[in-house]
Amino acid sequence: MNWSLLWAQLFNGLTLGALLVLVAMGLTIIFGALGVINFAHGAFYMVGAYAGYVAYAATHSFVLAVIAGAAALLLVGIVIERGLIRYYYRRPHEDQILATFGLGIILVEAVRAWFGGISQRLPVPTWGTGAVNLGFLYYPTYRIEVLGIVAVTLVVLYLVLYRTRLGLIVRAGIEDQLMVNVLGINVNRTFLVVFGLGSMAAGFAGVINAPIVTVVPDMGELVLVQSFVVIVIGGVGSFWGALIGGLIAGEIISLTAIVQPAYSEVMLFAAMAIVLILRPQGLFGVQGRQ
Amino acid sequence: MSLLEVDKINTYYGEAHALFDVSLHVEQHEVVALLGRNGAGKSTTLNTVMGVLAPKSGAIRFAGAAVASLPPYEIAQRGLQLVPEERRIIGGLTVEENIVLATLTAEKPWPLERAYEMFPRLAERKRNRGRELSGGEQQMLAIARALVREPKMILLDEPFEGLAPIIVQDLIGVCRKTAEAGQTIVIVEQNVEAALGLAHRCYVLNNGHVVFEGRPDALRKDTDFMHRHLGVEA
Ligand SMILES: Nc1ncnc2c1ncn2[C@@H]1O[C@H](COP(=O)(O)OP(=O)(O)OP(=O)(O)O)[C@@H](O)[C@H]1O
Ligand SMILES: [Mg+2]
Repeated sequence: MNWSLLWAQLFNGLTLGALLVLVAMGLTIIFGALGVINFAHGAFYMVGAYAGYVAYAATHSFVLAVIAGAAALLLVGIVIERGLIRYYYRRPHEDQILATFGLGIILVEAVRAWFGGISQRLPVPTWGTGAVNLGFLYYPTYRIEVLGIVAVTLVVLYLVLYRTRLGLIVRAGIEDQLMVNVLGINVNRTFLVVFGLGSMAAGFAGVINAPIVTVVPDMGELVLVQSFVVIVIGGVGSFWGALIGGLIAGEIISLTAIVQPAYSEVMLFAAMAIVLILRPQGLFGVQGRQ
Repeated sequence: MSLLEVDKINTYYGEAHALFDVSLHVEQHEVVALLGRNGAGKSTTLNTVMGVLAPKSGAIRFAGAAVASLPPYEIAQRGLQLVPEERRIIGGLTVEENIVLATLTAEKPWPLERAYEMFPRLAERKRNRGRELSGGEQQMLAIARALVREPKMILLDEPFEGLAPIIVQDLIGVCRKTAEAGQTIVIVEQNVEAALGLAHRCYVLNNGHVVFEGRPDALRKDTDFMHRHLGVEA
């Protein structure tokens, strides 16, 4: 066993985990608060990466690319909530899955039609090139910066959820939408904001992940599946569940890859199965939510 | 004009007809008891008035406006507040967060201290999560959430259900104090004596029909009726 390989994979697990946390956070809060399973969330992540790619090609500024990706998905999220999702709040989950799955396919194929199926590249920003000597490991600077960016984003999200009126309504709505409604709060308006912000997080994740992966139309598919595993492991609707679940998933994928990359997904699903057996509501899920 | 006028509402659960032409009215500053056996339709009536259920026919006027089939949040914003039978405390939020949540859309919400004065027990528990509370504390919180909104009318659905007698005495005290301060209340209770003790007027429901309307002493006198419709022994 090579120690620096182990360290490198531990760090890769951390960066992968951090990105899964961002994607899963939007997914889990949308599911928790709105009761909607958004199968287009992976496509949102992909569209974010392409929006960033287009903005970068036009401006050569990575920061503008990130802003463009996030803003584009905020807009997409708002339009799709008003135009599609809100008609599905009262429909069964199967209908929601069909509608959002279909939406995801449309987005992926639209991007494929526009940009072609070949992979695009978004280069690492100038402030992220090279590697950092951690003593035990040389690790790409940008990946370490990604960890910092995700950490800051999560702190902001935490403050919104736990220190603002909107956050209070969202946390209450995750548990009991009807009572929030009975207490005089227009949950529909909150839903719009939540769906917009959740989509924005996916777009943001797409752009900052773009320099690490290749940008292709179906780049969101695997991320979507992995994010679902994350929220099942962590517990639906839980901030801490998405955080810890994402990091666990990243490490499982990354560490299994040392032995045999092909087993990564299998191990991930095995971990999910174990959690489901021992704690069906997930690590941080609340039992008996409706 | 009455503060609340319910005119011949019919409410269904799917195909099941639960309320049959139910009519009632509540005046300002009045305490009205809504009585009846299990399954009589008391909760269905309150939930329909609050907008949680939509009546298939009939009209509901609250504070001069037609509110039947409006969503609950709009009805709440007009000053009607339901304290549901299941209490529906948000278990993951602290006691204080539950109260703050209730104040968010109130026009003139109480300061939190006023709620804590009324329920000192909640002041002690304000940092605890809703799910850590005892049944009595949860009911206090459920009532506090309604009071802090300073609503024009409160609908209380079985506030004393399943609580220890000493806590029931406390809560009756709170209700009496609130009513004396002019709060309009509709109270549903299985504890008939407690409800009649508070009420100025009462209705009895049976199988979704209103079968009695009148003053508590008129109801008390009819022991045979009390026995048949409320299961109360003379
Ligand atoms: N969710 C529901 N679905 C179908 N039927 C219901 C539902 N809730 C209540 N019912 C039926 O509607 C009728 C009235 O019920 P309701 O809950 O209003 O009675 P209640 O007077 O509040 O009784 P309790 O004292 O037990 O609370 C009953 O026959 C009941 O079985
Ligand atoms: Mg009831």
